[in-house]
Amino acid sequence: MSTLAVSEERKNYINAEYGIRSWLFTTDHKRIALLYLLSITLFFFMGGFYALLIRLELLTPQGDLMQADTYNKVFTMHGQIMVFFFLIPSIPAVLGNFLIPIMIGAKDLAFPRINLISWYIYIAAGLLYLHAMMTGGVDTGWTFYTPFSTAFSNTRVVEAGLAIFISGFSSILTGLNFVVTVHRMRAPGMTWSRLPLFVWSHYATSIIMLLGTPVIAITLVLVVLERSLNLGIFDPNRGGDPLLFQHLFWFYSHPAVYIMILPSMGVVSEIVPCFSRKRVFGYNFVAMASIAIAVIGFLVWAHHMFVAGISLYAALAFSFLSYLVAVPSAIKVFNWTATMYKGSVSFSTPMLYALGFIGLFTIGGLTGLFLAALGLDVHVTDTYFVIAHFHYVMVGGAVLGYLGGIHFWWPKISGRMYPESWGRLAAIIVFIGFNLTFFPQFILGYLGMPRRYWQYPPEYQVLNVLSTAGATILAVGYLMPMAYLFWSLRYGKPAEDNPWQATGLEWRTTSPPPTFNFDVDPVVTWEAYEYEKMPLPDEVTLER
Amino acid sequence: MSDSPLAVEHEARPELRHHFADEEQQRNAASLGMWWFLGTEIMFFGGMFCAYLIYRRWYFPEFAAASRSLDLKVGTFNTVVLICSSLTVVLAVRAAQLGNRKLQVKMLLLTLVFGLSFLGIKTYEWSNKYKEHHIPTFHYNVIGGEGDLVKGHEHLLGVDKVQGDDVKLREREAEIQRHTQVFYSLYFAMTGMHAIHMIIGVGIFGVITWMAHKGQFTPEYHTPLEIAGLYWHFVDIVWIYLFPLLYLIDRKPGA
Repeated sequence: MSTLAVSEERKNYINAEYGIRSWLFTTDHKRIALLYLLSITLFFFMGGFYALLIRLELLTPQGDLMQADTYNKVFTMHGQIMVFFFLIPSIPAVLGNFLIPIMIGAKDLAFPRINLISWYIYIAAGLLYLHAMMTGGVDTGWTFYTPFSTAFSNTRVVEAGLAIFISGFSSILTGLNFVVTVHRMRAPGMTWSRLPLFVWSHYATSIIMLLGTPVIAITLVLVVLERSLNLGIFDPNRGGDPLLFQHLFWFYSHPAVYIMILPSMGVVSEIVPCFSRKRVFGYNFVAMASIAIAVIGFLVWAHHMFVAGISLYAALAFSFLSYLVAVPSAIKVFNWTATMYKGSVSFSTPMLYALGFIGLFTIGGLTGLFLAALGLDVHVTDTYFVIAHFHYVMVGGAVLGYLGGIHFWWPKISGRMYPESWGRLAAIIVFIGFNLTFFPQFILGYLGMPRRYWQYPPEYQVLNVLSTAGATILAVGYLMPMAYLFWSLRYGKPAEDNPWQATGLEWRTTSPPPTFNFDVDPVVTWEAYEYEKMPLPDEVTLER
Repeated sequence: MSDSPLAVEHEARPELRHHFADEEQQRNAASLGMWWFLGTEIMFFGGMFCAYLIYRRWYFPEFAAASRSLDLKVGTFNTVVLICSSLTVVLAVRAAQLGNRKLQVKMLLLTLVFGLSFLGIKTYEWSNKYKEHHIPTFHYNVIGGEGDLVKGHEHLLGVDKVQGDDVKLREREAEIQRHTQVFYSLYFAMTGMHAIHMIIGVGIFGVITWMAHKGQFTPEYHTPLEIAGLYWHFVDIVWIYLFPLLYLIDRKPGA
């Protein structure tokens, strides 16, 4: 094999330096992306472990596996880990970190040292959260609702709140780095209208990170102060108002949903044109839809509070705005579909994930409209319908996009091809497992099964058993890529510079890229997605 | 590595980091980064301002009475101290532009003095609040005793209307306790958060002063001083909003 010869003649970011110090003190955005990849994978499987505990408890109607209190802690920690330590950093901190500078033709992010600091902050926050978990856990639900969290809960609210407060700095600094990089570091010729849509969606995501995260930061600080120093801001017994907490919390936490989904949309916008061999349909609309989602996404938060006692007029306005935010999302779905229309579509692993994303995100988005409708929301609020809805967006959308992106750019990141047939098998298993887990939950919720209970009436058991079975399949689907991606690091075929014949700048440098990304500073003279000018990838690559 | 053309080029310009094409790009990136960071800071304080506005509207009489218990003279003096510190920061940047190192260090030292004085005066104010039992948690009380807020404000707080009816009077007093506690909660959260930003600012300017003393800033390159200055002015401006909102609620002459 020619592996040895290839790796000896080329220096790249992986073999540029050796030793643990060269990783822990690196300022190379590509190495930091790999540090993030490792750490968020750990948290993903930790959160997944709690998810399996939840599903196991719900296998039977009785509360037999754990106590009610334990169950409260389990679903709280599942939610907090998955939201704050996996989903929010997932695509931005791994793929965004790795790709944005390369995609715009820069040597690095604008602030490489801040990039490294943000990883350390993330790790510090994660360790603090782990400590909270191991010394008693948290049982407030991921939402920290007051006054339960400030006056009644006897668990580690202060520590968990501070951990999430600290992790917020990590995402603020990442967002800051991205915005400044996109503004100031583009290569000559890389105009705004030539930016890959992946970069546009990360730009929109970064704006949300920058403007939303500080609000939850101060909210959590006030919760911690109220709990530890007895300040009266959210507790009605001390003159405060719990609704104010909900407003402040959702002012961040609804846009945070878009922090999770927008990067995935960016990934899909790269994969779909590549495996359809066509220019993306309606580039400007897809780019502007990202910005529109970021802006309108800030104006819909109170749809989480329709039954919390807000005024009817406020509820009407928020219901209308929630419908409005569906428009740019729908524009994206239509444009991806139009991109595939009459394209020569090949069903490689990344494309399977992208197709899965489009279907599942559409279901998740449409059921979001059910919940934005005032009358229907009153019926299904706080039921499993809500759980199913946001898992279709968070897992069916965000996680599938993440997995698709990891596969798509794996040749670039690692310099190796993953085994294609295993990849397709895993993608199909994830899709089947996911639907079997969460579709029954729509029905359960519609029939009235409330969320956050550890036992339920026996008539709900069949659907719950289906859901638990699906979760088991899903777990297998998650473990498979772990295994074969690791395998490919050593045994995978060496990747060419551009195995998919894709158009982005990242494919015009070597796989894996050199430390400063390009041997010659690139000058861009072409539009994004000129697939009509690209040769077809050879069949062998696609079938491999 | 050291013989690559990139490294040779960069040795001549030590402050230019490897991934920037030129100094201008580097300076633009740094200042854009700081402006966006200040945007996040606005949202951070915005959460508290939002809470303040709501409760001030709900509990206006209690907020007005509690606001009058703050020391107006000391607060005004402290505002002046802080504005002076912003002036010295601007003069330090100017001195760097002119290449006057001595003036630069002098102005930065003055900034540190003003910043620390502000914190000192703020501590003095807080300790007075502690003595008056106006800090939630520490034997909070605003009726009777040293920190009495009702005397002189019976009409404002609506106590005169329930005088004589013991049950209603006690209810009203309990309300006053709760609602003024919201004011003081916000007062300590907001001024405390501002003070934390001041402490960080003093730390940053300690480093900046040291760098200036070492002669690291030239008329061509003084970006760290400039963006640290942006931060300082921002923290200053937050106080310019905090002062009237907290100290000047309904301060009619003679009231």
